[in-house]
Amino acid sequence: MKTAHPLQKIGITGRGLVVVLPYLWLLLFFVVPFVIVLKISFSDIDLAIPPYKPLIEWVGKNSLAIKVDFNNYAFLFTDSLYISALLNSIKVAFISTLFCLAIGYPMAYGIARAQPSTRNVLLLLVILPFWTSLLLRVYAWIGLLKANGVINNVLLSLGLIHEPLTMLYTPFAMYVGIVYSYLPFMILPLYANLEKMDWQLLEAAEDLGCRPWQAFYKITLPLSRNGMLAGSMLVFIPAVGEFVIPALLGGPNALMIGRVLWDEFFSNRAWPVASAVAILLLIILVPFMMWYQSVQARESAGAR
Amino acid sequence: MNARRSYFIITCIAFGFAFLYIPILSMVVFSFNASKLVTVWDTANSPTLKWYGALLHNDEILDAAWISLKVAVINATGSVILGTLAGFGLARFARFRGRFTLNAMTTAPLVMPEVITGLSLLLLFVALEQTIGWPAGRGITTMTIGHMTFSMAYVTVVVQSRLATFDTSLEEAAMDLGARPLKVFFVITLPIIFPAILSGWLLAFTLSWDDLVISSFTSGPGSSTLPMVVFSKVRLGVSPEINVLATLTIAVVSLMIVGVSLWMARAGRLEKVAA
Repeated sequence: MKTAHPLQKIGITGRGLVVVLPYLWLLLFFVVPFVIVLKISFSDIDLAIPPYKPLIEWVGKNSLAIKVDFNNYAFLFTDSLYISALLNSIKVAFISTLFCLAIGYPMAYGIARAQPSTRNVLLLLVILPFWTSLLLRVYAWIGLLKANGVINNVLLSLGLIHEPLTMLYTPFAMYVGIVYSYLPFMILPLYANLEKMDWQLLEAAEDLGCRPWQAFYKITLPLSRNGMLAGSMLVFIPAVGEFVIPALLGGPNALMIGRVLWDEFFSNRAWPVASAVAILLLIILVPFMMWYQSVQARESAGAR
Repeated sequence: MNARRSYFIITCIAFGFAFLYIPILSMVVFSFNASKLVTVWDTANSPTLKWYGALLHNDEILDAAWISLKVAVINATGSVILGTLAGFGLARFARFRGRFTLNAMTTAPLVMPEVITGLSLLLLFVALEQTIGWPAGRGITTMTIGHMTFSMAYVTVVVQSRLATFDTSLEEAAMDLGARPLKVFFVITLPIIFPAILSGWLLAFTLSWDDLVISSFTSGPGSSTLPMVVFSKVRLGVSPEINVLATLTIAVVSLMIVGVSLWMARAGRLEKVAA
């Protein structure tokens, strides 16, 4: 830049104009809402519309009263429902992540090592379900798992079982639903990572007498660490707060925190309690989100 | 490439794809089943198109689909504009004030549980209505704003990663020849990243079309989207019409994806020939 444009003198630059719109949008519709959630999590519940009392209120003529109510949080810790739902959600998300990793890793590995033409077709096949409605794909499992559903019908006609298995509305169904829905989120970052791998390293190791599984364990696995981490975060973080899958497949006792939040909000109209649940969930998830972001930063730095 | 390809990997891939596709195929097959029991095949009267006809006369589903379509189109267009700006800024400006925040704000919506985003957006809309009177009530506008907030994050990622692998020498050449930055963007950059922008648009459209949770929080009376109607039906059990809806969705998505990837493969070849 040789001469400063008149606009630049008052601090307006082309660069600023490019990013200001998305920046302000996300600030207003993504960051500010969390401040409001935090505020409402400290308000009293009220039988009004909207169903909470203001935090700051004029009392009489000249005094402003600020009432910060910790009851919602105290309530979360006294009623065992919330803590056990939270712990259960973390457990379910963690186990599902492990299953996604166990199923997704060999798939991503196989796709990355396939011939380029096969590779594109296989990738397309991984992406396709991702573009089809999650709700409809979860719904498909109801048809497969229910008492007179496809799996039971097949097993009965083969004579492997004599009465239908109860699978729908059990934790098993919920795990299947979560692993199924989030599997592409594990495969894609893993594939992106493995695709950049220098396979000659493996050949070199094998030439030097390393057994294939040893070479895999000592070279491929450590080098794909960032891919595994990124995929795991993409599965784990949203799965902790998952609502649709436990609601449709998990049955009435599938205690997941996303579902508790939903019910507090829609069924009990307890907005302050729902907000407190959201804040609690965020406090647990934000470190994982920051971890994810740093893994992503490392990945893109490594790519350059 | 590898003659002694492991049977283990091939088996894993086969099982993985069976796991991904059996549920989808089962919906397609049973959409032609005459029985109302859905998963019990009625050999006498199947295959039939009767549920396809029923779906076309289901006003509740058609109305909801119309609302979803409107929201999805506005959302995709808005998200592409915001996401391209953000992706361009993040990919091209190594340092600017707020870069860290912008990066965090475009990464977080990708992983944020939807119940949290939905709840927080609703509370924002309620607070705004109380203080400035806008938005008056909730409906298509509030849903679209909610969808744009998370869709633009996906568009940002797509555009940003396309720009990261972009050869900047063309842009530099145009600049050297005296083109102003804005002109360079519209004449050089935009046409080259157009495939990424198109896939961003389609992705944003799909995310909005499929969204249940954020729509449920931010919608108002009389603005139920298709996923909201489907969810309320599915909670009561399986329904043949939902299988039809799923089959149609899968057909449209497959055609679209295959079409776009063929088109992109062709564009990619042309790009290589030109270079």
